[in-house]
Amino acid sequence: MHHRKIVFSCVFAASAAILLVAQVPAVGQQTAPAKKAWTPGRTPDGDPDIAGVYDARTATPVERPKELGAKEFYTDQEFKEVSDRLHRKDPTAPGASAGVFGEGGGDNRRVQYDKDVFGFDVFLSNYVATKRTSLVVGPEGKIPPMLPEARERNATRNAYNRAHETDRVQNQNLETRCILSNRQLIPLFPIEDSNTHLQIVQGKGYVAIYQELNHDVRVIPTDGRPHLAKEIRQYQGDSVGHWEGNTLVVDTTNFTDQTAFRGSSENMHLVERYTKVSPDMLLYRFTVEDPKTWDKPWTVEVPWMTAKGPLYEYACTEGNESLGLILGAARVKEAEAAKSAK
Amino acid sequence: MDGGTIPYLPEALKKKKENEMNWVKLDPEVKCFLPGVPRATYLPYPLQIVQGADNIVIAYEYQNAIRVINMKAPTKAPADTWMGWSNGHWEGDTLVVDVTSQNDNTWFDHSGNFHSDALHVVERYTPRSADTLNYEATIEDPKTFSKPWKISMPLYRRVEKDARLLEYRCPEMAEELLWGHMAKKTVDQQPGK
Repeated sequence: MHHRKIVFSCVFAASAAILLVAQVPAVGQQTAPAKKAWTPGRTPDGDPDIAGVYDARTATPVERPKELGAKEFYTDQEFKEVSDRLHRKDPTAPGASAGVFGEGGGDNRRVQYDKDVFGFDVFLSNYVATKRTSLVVGPEGKIPPMLPEARERNATRNAYNRAHETDRVQNQNLETRCILSNRQLIPLFPIEDSNTHLQIVQGKGYVAIYQELNHDVRVIPTDGRPHLAKEIRQYQGDSVGHWEGNTLVVDTTNFTDQTAFRGSSENMHLVERYTKVSPDMLLYRFTVEDPKTWDKPWTVEVPWMTAKGPLYEYACTEGNESLGLILGAARVKEAEAAKSAK
Repeated sequence: MDGGTIPYLPEALKKKKENEMNWVKLDPEVKCFLPGVPRATYLPYPLQIVQGADNIVIAYEYQNAIRVINMKAPTKAPADTWMGWSNGHWEGDTLVVDVTSQNDNTWFDHSGNFHSDALHVVERYTPRSADTLNYEATIEDPKTFSKPWKISMPLYRRVEKDARLLEYRCPEMAEELLWGHMAKKTVDQQPGK
């Protein structure tokens, strides 16, 4: 029985490849609805094929620039103009100024790198091919304000962290401890200065999403099974998926209070939607809600462009000297302060 | 292991014994470092195989380790890594995986069994029943062993409803061991007070 299935898979993979139809609108051309919507081929197990290597990097800002008001999409001409400004390194181009971090916890300290060397220069990036003016969708184009209880919760946490940051290793943030980097945290948000490569591999009944940064892999069941008991909490929550037409819908709950995405609580509820819309692009869309943090849900859309693999191993904890240096420096400072106090 | 003892070269055997004496300090797995292949297979944590068309992913619960096995034409590793570089192909019902380019920082077990960066592992995963696989790995490393040697074991499918990998991001478990001594001492702990 196994033998038969293996042979069948090999044959089916070849025919699935032939079914793909290329219909990519070039950037700058009119993107009126195509005469016939492109649909992905099928995997050997019969699911929509969203496998591949992707790069989610973009220069498009999270929130819409104020002067654009409720305008969700650039026209082709506007898109070309704003892209030119970006590529000419105009510091007033949308998204070009430092910082995509909003209020809330979990954000890493910024470190100054020579961005050209590391390839993280925002001016070398592109605005999203969908021509959206911001990653947050909708007329407001921004993350809803934080509820007062959430502001207070985060302020207390941040104050404690600042005061006790170097007391012990557990007080450092998850990224410095190599437990979970900001880039790995779901929902996946393009973060400046960060590795945005990922790979999707689909098997029977499961989709594996492998992020290069810190070798993070989520193996998501697609049978719509119930979540883990609410007493079981994981840093990345518990993800359960199902297919709706050509879209993989992934529902995640059971977070801890340690990741605090944009200042949220352990009650955050995340729904992600993955739809491949052309051979070159997968649309990643997510909605977060957390009644303890925001008064309404908010939605982000980021196109992931297909990229050349393979993914490289990212061994974080294996090379993590920084913890010793951070704690060591703090202890030296304290010893010096104690000496001079005598 | 299939028969006998690991065929160490004399110098390597000395190193193995030193490793064994100091394994708590030296075994990289204690620090939650990536375990390499084949150790990842026989750690006491489950693994999950996601079988795609062009790639097969093996995700390990231990430290969220992952391997992507390339099932198309074999490719070369860009660099040495902890989990190595895996190229796979089918021989009948058996998935054969050729693993190269592992760095020399991993061990095979807590007993100090180790290898060099010349390690070459060939794994074979063969279904032996609907819910079990037979796993074999042939290990060769001319800098460490006088000849290749083999391990084999069954892999049992977890058949309970809704079986899934859970998180085991173990840096959290290892960091007290590694950095606990550098924590700020409370007033009670300061010497002379």
